[in-house]
Amino acid sequence: MTNKKFLQNTGTFLLFGGPSIFAFFAVVLIPFLFGLYLTLTNWDVRIGDHTFLGFANYAEVFRDKVFLTQLWFTLKYVFFTVVLANVAAFFLAFALTSGFKGQQFLRTGFFTPNLIGGLVLGYLWQLLFSQVLPYLGKEYGWTLFETSWLTDTDKGFWALVIVSAWQFIGYLMIIYIAGFMSVRVDVLEAASIDGANGLTKILKIILPLSAPAIVICIFISISRSFLTYDLNLALTKGGPFNSTELSSYHVVQKAFLSNEYGVGQSEAVVLFAVVAIIALTQAYFLKKLEVEE
Amino acid sequence: MRGFKTSIFLKTISLYILLLAFLFPFLVVILNTFKSTQQFVENPLSWPTRFNFSNYAKAFKDMDFITGFLNSSMITVISVIIIVFFSSMTGYLFVRFKWKANSILFFSMLASMTLPFQALMIPLVVIYGNLGLLNSIATLLFMYLGFGIPFAVFTFHGFIKGVPLELEESASIDGSSRARTFFQIVVPLLKPVMVTLIVLDTLWIWNDYLLPSLLLQSPSMRTLPLSNYGFFSTYSVDYSPLMAGLIMTIIPVLILYLFLQKHIIKGITEGALK
Repeated sequence: MTNKKFLQNTGTFLLFGGPSIFAFFAVVLIPFLFGLYLTLTNWDVRIGDHTFLGFANYAEVFRDKVFLTQLWFTLKYVFFTVVLANVAAFFLAFALTSGFKGQQFLRTGFFTPNLIGGLVLGYLWQLLFSQVLPYLGKEYGWTLFETSWLTDTDKGFWALVIVSAWQFIGYLMIIYIAGFMSVRVDVLEAASIDGANGLTKILKIILPLSAPAIVICIFISISRSFLTYDLNLALTKGGPFNSTELSSYHVVQKAFLSNEYGVGQSEAVVLFAVVAIIALTQAYFLKKLEVEE
Repeated sequence: MRGFKTSIFLKTISLYILLLAFLFPFLVVILNTFKSTQQFVENPLSWPTRFNFSNYAKAFKDMDFITGFLNSSMITVISVIIIVFFSSMTGYLFVRFKWKANSILFFSMLASMTLPFQALMIPLVVIYGNLGLLNSIATLLFMYLGFGIPFAVFTFHGFIKGVPLELEESASIDGSSRARTFFQIVVPLLKPVMVTLIVLDTLWIWNDYLLPSLLLQSPSMRTLPLSNYGFFSTYSVDYSPLMAGLIMTIIPVLILYLFLQKHIIKGITEGALK
């Protein structure tokens, strides 16, 4: 009897969970564990054979000046992108929840950049930075735009920040709007009656009560900007002279151009650890600021 | 009262102007797809003298738009269907059967959502390369299933928890099997969450570049982002057909967006705030 029950349960498990659990193991779990093993070896496709190294690859990652410079470059990029995108999205969401005709249309409009993948988006902006803005610069004597931003080390950085923030704004705005909607209307009305103006309402009521949305938005924008690859490829290709290579772009280049899988994978694991630590730490501290409604 | 109305009017107008400025990059590019490359370089802001579609025709032919479009559509549609189909069943399994293995599996899926693709990319190429499975659309579909499963199972799990058990119990007393109960009673209730997932996964897979670029080497398997990449590399200075190619890639998702905007916005809200 128990045997029959066991068989029946196994059947249910295989029927309902079989295909998806198999795919999850084959595509995510096993490659992840195998990837950790790879970091401990000197795997190289040309050799085919490999030996166990211990933590030598990680030591190399932390000695590699280029990797560390790019990690620092990436951290600056993430910081400015996250701040710019979230501040803009927050105020946009605030403006688009005040209740007037056409706000739905405006929300839809501001969201559009999110429909487009990083590659196409990068190419669109590449044309803008390399052709349209220099034209404006020459025509009207705006020195800021006279030469293409993408051939300049510092301006290339800001080009990446601006385009990424531009893409994230609409997505984050939607989440902030959802957060504001849950701030109860009667609380805001009561505040208005008590004479609170717009700024006081933002600082004293909306900001604290929408803390969950802020935590999520910052979490999403941190993890997404750390993984920027397509945009980097299409916008600057890491140039000029590798000065705008973000870490996740560098990891891909390293892995598939130099074929040193052990070192490349160690860099990917270090990058993953950095993203996880930063994203979880900010979520932990911001969660503490949440208030009980 | 009149002052109040004027201020709302001013605010609305300034928001529309802001939107126009925000979408300026698109508008400039669309405008220039109707001009020749020379006209574009001379003055990218001039109005086209006439609406000339020859850039579109050129891009359509030279980037082999049809192949890219058919591959992208097929890959997106099949991946989304298998993700939604299998993850809804697994979500149901994890909610209704409180076995120890289920909770361990559910937890590992949850944890795996923090893994960036870059950390899995090299092992995937090594493993599937050794098995001789790279350069195949079937492998790509299987990988989208594996990557899509955790988030989809998580979303269904949250939704199915809220479905009352009584319906299923009475069906089971009437002699319905588990599978039949699931497909005839539970699935119809899952429609809203399915639409959400279909939308989010479609946007992801349609726009994905990195994974197809690692897997699909031969031109006949190219997806649209891969066609774009190839087109951009070969046409580097003939800007007008390039821009037409980019706009053509965007049009299908724009059409989808026009029909499904409510669901897209709702999907993102629910996907994020759960």
